[in-house]
Amino acid sequence: MIVSVASGKGGTGKTTVTASLAVSWSRPLVAVDLDVEEPNLHLFLKPEVTDTEVVTIEVPEVDESKCTYCRKCAELCQFKAIAVMGKAIMTFPEMCHGCGGCMAICPEGAISAGTRELGVMERGIARGTLPCLTGRLRVGEAMSPPLMRYVRSCMRAESAERSLDVLVDAPPGVSCPAMSAVADSDVIVLVTEPTPFGFHDFKLAFEAFSPYGKPIAAVINRAGLGDNRVYEFCTAHNLPILAEIPYRRDIAEHYSKGMILAEMDEGLGELFTKLGQDLRRMAKEARHA
Amino acid sequence: MREVVVISGKGGTGKTSLTAAFAHLAESKVICDLDVDAPDLHLLLDPSVVRDEAFISGHEAIIDPEKCSGCGLCASMCRYDAIDQDDDVYRIAPLRCEGCKVCVAFCPEQAIDFPPRHCGQHFMSETRFGPMVHAQLFPGQENSGLLVSRLKKEARVLAEERGLELILCDGAPGIGCPVIASLSQTDLAVVVTEPTPSGVHDLERVASLCDHFRTRVAVVVNKHDLNPEQTSRIGALCKEKGYTLAALLPHDTAVTEAMVRRQAITEGEDSAIATQVRQAWRTITDLLHS
Repeated sequence: MIVSVASGKGGTGKTTVTASLAVSWSRPLVAVDLDVEEPNLHLFLKPEVTDTEVVTIEVPEVDESKCTYCRKCAELCQFKAIAVMGKAIMTFPEMCHGCGGCMAICPEGAISAGTRELGVMERGIARGTLPCLTGRLRVGEAMSPPLMRYVRSCMRAESAERSLDVLVDAPPGVSCPAMSAVADSDVIVLVTEPTPFGFHDFKLAFEAFSPYGKPIAAVINRAGLGDNRVYEFCTAHNLPILAEIPYRRDIAEHYSKGMILAEMDEGLGELFTKLGQDLRRMAKEARHA
Repeated sequence: MREVVVISGKGGTGKTSLTAAFAHLAESKVICDLDVDAPDLHLLLDPSVVRDEAFISGHEAIIDPEKCSGCGLCASMCRYDAIDQDDDVYRIAPLRCEGCKVCVAFCPEQAIDFPPRHCGQHFMSETRFGPMVHAQLFPGQENSGLLVSRLKKEARVLAEERGLELILCDGAPGIGCPVIASLSQTDLAVVVTEPTPSGVHDLERVASLCDHFRTRVAVVVNKHDLNPEQTSRIGALCKEKGYTLAALLPHDTAVTEAMVRRQAITEGEDSAIATQVRQAWRTITDLLHS
């Protein structure tokens, strides 16, 4: 079972919710940080890193002694990563999406696979038993989707091999990275706050993720702040609000110390235990439907 | 002409609220929302759209089921796992297709069409604070970096046409494609952070991205009073790296209240935080001209 914690707007509490769910989950679990641009889950779960894998993408490496400057590679490349000018060929590896087209189309076999580092994937164990996967994009690297693809494939393998549930901390937004982060989910939980920005981006995310046809639930963070429109929207769209985390300064201070909300007091502990149960129930119902 | 981009690494630290206030305070500027994925600045600035254009970028592959012989070569060559088998024909999953054209080029039946992709809309608008360029990328689309570059170019043209001296940009969270695009030709990155482990961690990453592109950094710590210890860590980081610590702003619900009224925090009656935001803008203006 894969549960993704997402949001349109950043900073609404995705990581807070993911970390709290992870420590209250009733079944064996792997916690996955797919917000590879700014991974934060490890700051709360504090896993001991057991393995760091460098993740790369294939980029063209040209053997100029074989190149006839026929331009077939440059004509195929959609990303301006390879250019032929007269009797010169140039590659721009940072533009390359790793499609492999240039290597496949070169009639001389002059292009082989070099690599560009995308970032790393860290495997770790939190609290002695909780496996964690973290994708971490290299600073300066523009493309997060191929790194995320790699982390997702490891996450699926891990989950299948050891029969683990998966909890995903997704990146904000609704563009390519956010959409691909939730693609594997059995249930998506959208964390929002009842402010105009929170509500606007919540609607964007709801509309973006709905076509996947997966069950979606809402968690309202900082409840009591802002206005009521997110509640009206959830009612109108039959979107269950599974939890409300109150707007309290002591909660913000607790978070600012890197502590996990579910462990702040008994009430919050129960809130996340129940949230976890509700999400598991929704995912099971969707599987049987 | 100068260009400022407000970014944060971590989302939800107050970029847009701060940009709206700066848009209120700055003179002679074009306002630009570079968060093309989840834009929010328009919620405070209430723009009247003057020009609305389609953002066409890249292409998408579409298999003609009539011509597909079901050989599966496309699916075996696709590096994005974007081609699903559907009985004995194949189908492209548009959300996974990166538009690389490999399947189009190698299909033995020439059964794959490759039309341009409509990725979103971009707008030129008027607001009570001046002209604004902004956009909305469609869900799941790539090329947000190209759309950001397009908006920046439009903002520059607009500023030149009207003789405006500043381009004030609200950036996206993260450190990826759209953020990298937003840093190009920028004079100053204002990084808004908060005194939390995530805030500090993400500040370090986004500021080192700015260093990588040799963009000057000014830091604003929002909600500084939540955790004085983390705030002094940020101060020490700024000192060590040579970033200007432009302002410490308090945790104040007046920010959300202004948002609910659809106003910039500096509009209307002046609150304590509004005075501090005014001071922050003066500091940033001085930096821009130093």
